[in-house]
Amino acid sequence: MSGETVDRAGAVKETRVLLRHAQDPAMATIDGYRSYGGYETLERTLRDQEPDEIVNELEDSGLRGRGGAGFPMGKKVSFLPRGSQAKYLCCNADESEPGAFKDRELIQRNPHQLIEGIVISAFSGEIGHAFIFIRGEYDQQADILDRAVAEAYEAGYLGRNILGSGYDLELVVHRGAGAYICGEETALLDALEGKRGNPRLKPPFPAVQGLYGGPTLINNVETLSNVPHVVANGAEWFRSFGTEQSPGTKVVSISGCVGRPGNYEVELGVNLRDFVFSLGGGMLEGRELKALYPGGSSSPVLTADEIDLPYSFEAMAEAGSMLGSGSIIVADDSVSIPHMALRTARFYHHESCGKCSPCREGTNWTVKMLERVVRGEATPMDLDIISSVQQNIIGHCLCVLGDSMAMPVGAMVKKYREEFEQVIAAGAMQGFPGEAGREAQADGSAAGDPDAGPEAAERVRLVGRPLPEGPQEVTHG
Amino acid sequence: MAAEARLPGFPVDRANTTGREPLGDPEEIPELSEVDCPDQLRETIETLMDRYPDKDSSEGYKSAAIPALWAVQRTYGWCTPQGIRQAAAVMRVTPAYLESVASFYDLLRQSPAGNHQVLVCTNISCWMRGADGLLDAFCREAGADRDLAGHGGAVSADGEILVSGFECMGSCDLAPMASIDERYFGPLDEGDAETVIEQLRRGEDPVPAKALSERDLPGGDRESDDERVTSDKGPNR
Repeated sequence: MSGETVDRAGAVKETRVLLRHAQDPAMATIDGYRSYGGYETLERTLRDQEPDEIVNELEDSGLRGRGGAGFPMGKKVSFLPRGSQAKYLCCNADESEPGAFKDRELIQRNPHQLIEGIVISAFSGEIGHAFIFIRGEYDQQADILDRAVAEAYEAGYLGRNILGSGYDLELVVHRGAGAYICGEETALLDALEGKRGNPRLKPPFPAVQGLYGGPTLINNVETLSNVPHVVANGAEWFRSFGTEQSPGTKVVSISGCVGRPGNYEVELGVNLRDFVFSLGGGMLEGRELKALYPGGSSSPVLTADEIDLPYSFEAMAEAGSMLGSGSIIVADDSVSIPHMALRTARFYHHESCGKCSPCREGTNWTVKMLERVVRGEATPMDLDIISSVQQNIIGHCLCVLGDSMAMPVGAMVKKYREEFEQVIAAGAMQGFPGEAGREAQADGSAAGDPDAGPEAAERVRLVGRPLPEGPQEVTHG
Repeated sequence: MAAEARLPGFPVDRANTTGREPLGDPEEIPELSEVDCPDQLRETIETLMDRYPDKDSSEGYKSAAIPALWAVQRTYGWCTPQGIRQAAAVMRVTPAYLESVASFYDLLRQSPAGNHQVLVCTNISCWMRGADGLLDAFCREAGADRDLAGHGGAVSADGEILVSGFECMGSCDLAPMASIDERYFGPLDEGDAETVIEQLRRGEDPVPAKALSERDLPGGDRESDDERVTSDKGPNR
């Protein structure tokens, strides 16, 4: 497949809107951002526009939420009741989905774009209090935001009577403390209220009853970062990017077994395979594409044959997966799918808040059963049980955390059942390119060690490959 | 201090007492005068409480719970029972409440956590690039128990360095990566583990060349020449 890398190099080009000039370190400061036209949109909006005009513009633009669900942003704002009651805006920067790291990049390189987006969005919903809920692990990024917010207060873009318009907005940066579930919107609200991050029963939806019981607008970092661009250039301009149902550009995170992992901003609707083999840098030397998660670890995996698709919300949904937060994790032929399923399930098991049973018990038992599979102690019937457990989780929980495990694990068992069965049949993972298998192959002997026994099977892991050093160019081909 | 059953003659429930021996009644709000709270910690927590709109609500100032626990952790190195009582006294909530919050979040530690923390991501992308070997290497170099490190964290024998396997920290482009004293580094190989541990012990900055902040966008600095992007409107022009 390495030939493919060369054929497709340059097939997809970046279209940087949000990440334009992001290489310039000055962009992280208020002066740098203003030198590129930053905050002009906000000034114009507060001076000349009514909140309703902005909401209409956002609705017309078709901007869809970039956090995972893809819900239209304008519609979300329009659900908020009008009037001067206490309303809140929460920026969801609790980016914890395995594979996703776009918000980190946007905050680190262009925090003022986000703040401008927050102020404009809050103004459009007549909101007086805004929060940025940033995950606790992003300490460096939280520091950058703290500094940026202080700069914005000093310049009069936040606080009382913003730019003399009579509009007030307080913005607080709130650090989480390490819990994936807090990215779920209602769990985020609980965490903001100083509680354990447990999701709430919906309805009532946050737009009706959210933070402190008031109507609340919750949006992802990338969605809000898009707002100044939509408002400045208009809905029609925004719709000139991307597809009919997925307009705009998307910062896509690609990672795993690829040559050039990182964030790339592209128009929605680019070919997924082209993206992986051009911007993503293609496969590592001598490896072939096996599977990928198209939208973070919660999205059902696609096999190598299934990825000749436009990368958009609708095409991913049609293929039985989802675009999610736009995070591609690529697995090559050295990766054992049962092990990948186990890693995935372990993550959700660890992060399950335990509030409702299908998720708490389902993730736990899925991990136990998958451990039996990779230890070679399972029977093929166990695969049916794993599948049925997944089916019984989907749609039966308060939030989507349980579904987020059930969908990818269910898809892996379904699409790679043969491999699961091989692993089971092979007992202690003999002949499978796990750690034991790979090392044996490296010195030319037969794969696996039939006498290795359960101890070796316990230690079966992938052999790590260091990333190429220095500027990473597509060198293989 | 060994855990004692709260009712004489009843067995000790380890699940309820591990790592945090309650001082006094956890369900009673302690008075500020009896907890000996350092002035700086008290002022920090009061400033934090003032930031939230619920400061005037009748149900109390709970929004500052997580930031207050961070402040406790910054002061004492981990969320000590004493520190939790002090924060509870300032916030006018019960210590039990703050413990319930602290125990929910992975980054709030309820046992000693050393002077340096190395969190190694072992999630999907990092695992594909050799995270398990990296965690092994950090444990070996620091002298921390590998099994414990994979289940919530292990402190090195000298009590200096905490090594912990961790779920995705949102830097899969650096895979395999680690968060060292709350800064991201990667991609790290097993040799880097040795270097990092030595540098931490000597009090130096670890592997500065591999810091996240040193990284450029992977697509380089080539800007889009698309006319829609370069037209003279909006931010980032």
